[in-house]
Amino acid sequence: MALSLEQVRRIADLARLRLSADEERTFAVQLSAILEHVRQLEELDVTGVPPMTHALAGGEAPELRVDADRPCLSPAEALAAAPAREGTCFKVPRIIE
Amino acid sequence: MSGSDSELTGLSLREAGAGIAARALSSRDLVEAALARIAATDGRVGAFLEVTAERARAQAAQADQRAARGERRSELDGVPVAVKDLFATKGVPTTAGSRILEGWKPPYDATVVERLEDAGAVVVGKLNMDEFAMGSSNENSAYKPCANPYDLSRTPGGSSGGSAAAVAARQVHGSLGTDTGGSIRLPASFCGVVGLKPTYGRVSRYGVVAFASSLDQVGPLARTVEDVALLLGKIAGHDPRDMTSSARPVDDYLAALEEGARGLRVGVPREWFQGGVDAGVERSVRAALAVYERLGAKLVEISLPHTKYGIAAYYLIAPAEASSNLARYDGVRFGLRAEAKGLREMYAETRERGFGAEPKRRIMLGTYALSAGYYDAYYLRAQKVRTLVRRDFDEAFRVCDVIAGPVSPTVAFPLGARTQDPLQMYLGDVFTITCNLAALPGLSVPCGLHGESGMPVGLQLVGRPFDEATLLRAARALEREVGAPSPPSLREGAEVRGQAPSPPSLREGAA
Repeated sequence: MALSLEQVRRIADLARLRLSADEERTFAVQLSAILEHVRQLEELDVTGVPPMTHALAGGEAPELRVDADRPCLSPAEALAAAPAREGTCFKVPRIIE
Repeated sequence: MSGSDSELTGLSLREAGAGIAARALSSRDLVEAALARIAATDGRVGAFLEVTAERARAQAAQADQRAARGERRSELDGVPVAVKDLFATKGVPTTAGSRILEGWKPPYDATVVERLEDAGAVVVGKLNMDEFAMGSSNENSAYKPCANPYDLSRTPGGSSGGSAAAVAARQVHGSLGTDTGGSIRLPASFCGVVGLKPTYGRVSRYGVVAFASSLDQVGPLARTVEDVALLLGKIAGHDPRDMTSSARPVDDYLAALEEGARGLRVGVPREWFQGGVDAGVERSVRAALAVYERLGAKLVEISLPHTKYGIAAYYLIAPAEASSNLARYDGVRFGLRAEAKGLREMYAETRERGFGAEPKRRIMLGTYALSAGYYDAYYLRAQKVRTLVRRDFDEAFRVCDVIAGPVSPTVAFPLGARTQDPLQMYLGDVFTITCNLAALPGLSVPCGLHGESGMPVGLQLVGRPFDEATLLRAARALEREVGAPSPPSLREGAEVRGQAPSPPSLREGAA
């Protein structure tokens, strides 16, 4: 299962990563080796086996909280770590040209 | 008694707390001793990313006032501890070992930090780790390497490397880490301390920087089993802010601690002794099993046939979840932002600069495994294999009460030995990963020193869901016989106390 440079670029784009040419080459080799290793899962017959879709032990149902108001961060606290803000908003670069 | 600093830092968590209770010690003495020890040793060890000295001194003063009034909050009140740098600490930098979070000060505390502080424990700092808890050697920290206190040329293990190293180096009496595929048990075994990964859902994950949400679990590390039991008792329990936290009542982990191993059925999986387990590691582990037999436990041979598929399933499921969790680092609300013209360029540039190689590798792998056309072949199949892994354990626990074997195929390896080959690094997690996939509790307890290298070896114990009490009791029975490793030398090259003659020493100073 060898990944091409083209595939690596496509995945990076989906993941919103901008890789250097060096990283593209390294990841193509390393990810191919990892994917080759995970291919051993194909040896197993999983017909009729349900996927483990949650990790709660003993099949416990998750405890859902009551849908009620509760205290939360103030706008000032929520915005305190923002790289850029304007008023009570997070500021981002222009989205529409 | 107002002992020297080294006497104070060498106390167990329980002893330190008892000293305060008896008014023989003050929290101030203990915190000052810890801070002095950190200042004297951390240049070599590298366990801390942040030392919160002033905050710790203020908390120590309050703890001493409570002790004077006879209003101690718990056995931990006033005792210095530290936490892995992925637990949110209000107003204190929390980096998860990543540049993308450099300087971030969370607006709230993680539930486990809140619970430790409610119990009176004094958090003296934030501990080094692999970036986003991705790694097995702490070498993926974006800030600095962390060394193994028993041999500074070796890794402390990862990803909670700082959590294990700080405890082993007597910088703090206990710590918290997280374990997604072995990240508490592996460093605990490499550094000769006790580390427990609780059952998934036993401890709240609220305020813990997420890596793989269906696998991540918070747990304690300390130098004695009793201290680990104490810490677990403080952090465990339901939290309405974490939907996956269990509402089951929390056991009294100290109640049965001294009950010994008599009558215990110890399962020994044949697959955990196959393929590449170092001979010296196997010798120590077998010796521990013999101790159990001598103590009246019954060894039962069992099989966990899907063990070898664990790594493959894990390295699809964990990266898939990571690629989703790490999508939040986009330069908008907190953390690093790279300036760029458009939004998409800003995302890509921020993430390119902020993430190190390992998170990028896992984001790439996870994105691929979840992408159109590959989801069924990779992610869905891996989740089905996860069910098979879980069934292996269910089957085994019909005939045994705990499962025992090595934590890792090797002792701590040299820094740099595996950094060029990620797959090689991943394969070291073969015995720890299935426990996370099956959501079970597991711990590492020291079981002796490796003959050739003199490095600590850990015995892994895995238990039934929510049966941490039996794990701790079994670990305590072994600890009583084997003891803990002597304090580390903090030098390069371990002191070989075993049978093998030592090679010529290149380290500074006499052995």
